[in-house]
Amino acid sequence: MEDALLLHRLQFAFTITFHYLFPQLTMGLGLIIVIMKGIALKTGNELFQNGARFWAEIFAVNFAVGVITGIPMEFQFGTNWARFSTFAGGVIGQTLAMEGVFAFFLESSFLGLFLFGEKRIGPKLHFFAAFMVFLGSWLSGYFIIATNAWMQHPVAYEVGPNGSVSLSSYWGLLLNPWIGWQYIHNMIGAVVTASFVVTAVGAYYLLAHRDEDYGKIFVRVGVIAGCFASILVAFPTGDGQVKNIVVKQPVTFAAMEGLFETAEGAPLVLIGQPDMEKRRLDNPLHLPKMLSFLTYQHWEARVKGLDAFPSDQWPTNIPLLYYSYHVMVGLGTIFIALMLAGTYLLMKGRLFTHRPLLWVLMLAFPFPYIANTAGWWTAELGRQPWLVYGLMRTIDGTSTMVSAGNTLFTLLGFIGLYFVIGLVFILLLIKTIHQGPAKTATAH
Amino acid sequence: MEILWYCVIAFMLAMYVILDGFDLGAGVLHLFVAKNEEERRTVLDAIGPFWDGNEVWGLAAGGTLYFAFPLLYASSFSGFYLPLMIVLWLLMLRGLGIELRHHVDHPLWKAFWDASFSIGSILLTVFFGAALGNVVRGVPLNSEGYFFEPLWTSFAIQPETGILDWFTALMGLVGITTLTVHGANYLAMKTEGSVQRRSRRVASVMVWGVLLVSIATLVAASSIRPEIWNNYADHPWGYFFPLAGLLGLTGMVLCNIRKQDILAFFSSATFIGGMLASTAFGLFPYVLPASTDPKYGLTVYNTAASEYGLGVGIVWWTIGIVIALGYFTYLFYSFRGKVRLHTEGY
Repeated sequence: MEDALLLHRLQFAFTITFHYLFPQLTMGLGLIIVIMKGIALKTGNELFQNGARFWAEIFAVNFAVGVITGIPMEFQFGTNWARFSTFAGGVIGQTLAMEGVFAFFLESSFLGLFLFGEKRIGPKLHFFAAFMVFLGSWLSGYFIIATNAWMQHPVAYEVGPNGSVSLSSYWGLLLNPWIGWQYIHNMIGAVVTASFVVTAVGAYYLLAHRDEDYGKIFVRVGVIAGCFASILVAFPTGDGQVKNIVVKQPVTFAAMEGLFETAEGAPLVLIGQPDMEKRRLDNPLHLPKMLSFLTYQHWEARVKGLDAFPSDQWPTNIPLLYYSYHVMVGLGTIFIALMLAGTYLLMKGRLFTHRPLLWVLMLAFPFPYIANTAGWWTAELGRQPWLVYGLMRTIDGTSTMVSAGNTLFTLLGFIGLYFVIGLVFILLLIKTIHQGPAKTATAH
Repeated sequence: MEILWYCVIAFMLAMYVILDGFDLGAGVLHLFVAKNEEERRTVLDAIGPFWDGNEVWGLAAGGTLYFAFPLLYASSFSGFYLPLMIVLWLLMLRGLGIELRHHVDHPLWKAFWDASFSIGSILLTVFFGAALGNVVRGVPLNSEGYFFEPLWTSFAIQPETGILDWFTALMGLVGITTLTVHGANYLAMKTEGSVQRRSRRVASVMVWGVLLVSIATLVAASSIRPEIWNNYADHPWGYFFPLAGLLGLTGMVLCNIRKQDILAFFSSATFIGGMLASTAFGLFPYVLPASTDPKYGLTVYNTAASEYGLGVGIVWWTIGIVIALGYFTYLFYSFRGKVRLHTEGY
């Protein structure tokens, strides 16, 4: 049973972590393409038009991989988590089905027009198609966050006679108070990823002295978008989400912060490794009283530590949760510094020739992926040991009929297949970037 | 309300099979009707703007099934664990084939993705047919409504069934033959020249295969699950569905002879819709019959979500599907007519 649980969890974790590498770029890049096409439409600037075409090429591959790696997610609710689906399907099935009916149809129909229809439908309708693809992907994100929000903070349900839950309020589910900050935080996180990717490609062209006109456009758009997004993802959205957790999942908050003991004037830990045997942090580096202040805007406020909760309520993997959270926050802080420096030099007109910073910007693009992943790990590890917070434990949600051996078989299959998909994706990305926007434009 | 949702899901699944069916069928035929680079691009262009949206019908049907009949979703997805995972992998390989093929201009790259697109499509049509076969035959449900099937046991029909036995394999043949003709009709409608000629020829031969395996399946299903005729005896208006299927099949033969490609395509769509509706009509109220003990069978009544959830669902579902049909009309209208290379696309 324990074995099977671990394998079900590993398979879900692996497939969703891999999957989410793609939608985060889709959602952010969708916005950036709309912006580029909007500028092109307004000013008639061919460079922006071609630049948008170049990114549409990358968007197409990225979107395709996102779609095909997304299908297993919906499937796995049924295949690996059958008891959870029987229990909660009447509620979260609503949001998942709405994603299909409202978002997927929208995205897929307009994606066809966006990718194949530029000459058939003209520039204005083509801009509209790009906008609808962007809208579809953000709508899809909303339904997924609403689903996750219900698992984090179940609302609008009632328990039926057979023990499973059913929906009691449609708008209650769609307007779950958990959704607000998490949704905006997540979407802006996606914009951070896309702006870093766009900037990195632009920086590469400038450093390599090729396609420099496009390089400048990409760096400019990327750095400006990245500056806004990096700040907004931390404040107010990240801050708002943390405060949400403080109120609704206080034990999760204590574990994220590595706070073992309840304290007045609690310190904010920057570095330190949780030692679960001794229940303390090794070699902690912290800012005194800062956690109390950030959480309650009061230096002496009392913050509940893990000791305030029975240990069977604690998240099951506190060290990993703690690291995920700290990696996300640490990287987020670096993003702000980097993008502020970029914006400053851009305004001074020196960014395009500032090779050291261009080098850093070119190499920085993997880190938003790590930060977004770490953020989701924080959310999901923080919910443990619950599958639906306070209602169903993860161990009670698996498919009892699927043996550990069969799950291992499919997990290995996914690892092999995704390895190949990842290689092919990187190969195509390098090829497209190497070919460059000028050539992509003439190929059209 | 449960009956309404049963119809909704049957409708969505039928839409999925009809729409994704034509691009799956095109995939089955890809290596056989398109011989050179230009012809292969023509086939891919014919389905390029549509296949993703078509597949969404399947996803949306799955999502709808999830919230309307949670226990059915949980039971069938965990019970069909292995074939579903294989279907997922095939869908991935096939989707990648369509989307990635044109990104690198190298004959080996193209040959590889052509093969992955085609082999993926072939296996998927067989699996989908076999899946329907499993539903008709019944699965070894336990008292909690769960089951698990290995890929095969002994190919005989017995209480401890596998996914594949002689009956479901026969249904797999129904799947591949029907969708091949459907895909051929689609390609004949959307292309010109040699691809069109070959597609028509495939359709003209394969349609007899459809007839043959359909009759065999009908006989077999009547002996395995004679109850499917009860609903027809009680409500004779249900004969409308098999008659529609028969009409579609006749149309497939006649239109093919007369080279009326568009009508032929709608005939095969009618045949698929009619046969699926006939099956759904015969199975009702069962959604997953038990091969073990009939009383364990899952019905629309013992798997449905709450009255409230189904009630609000029908409101947003109707709105959403009307909008989606609007998109589809616009999309198919925008890409109407024959595929022309060199002007646009891949």
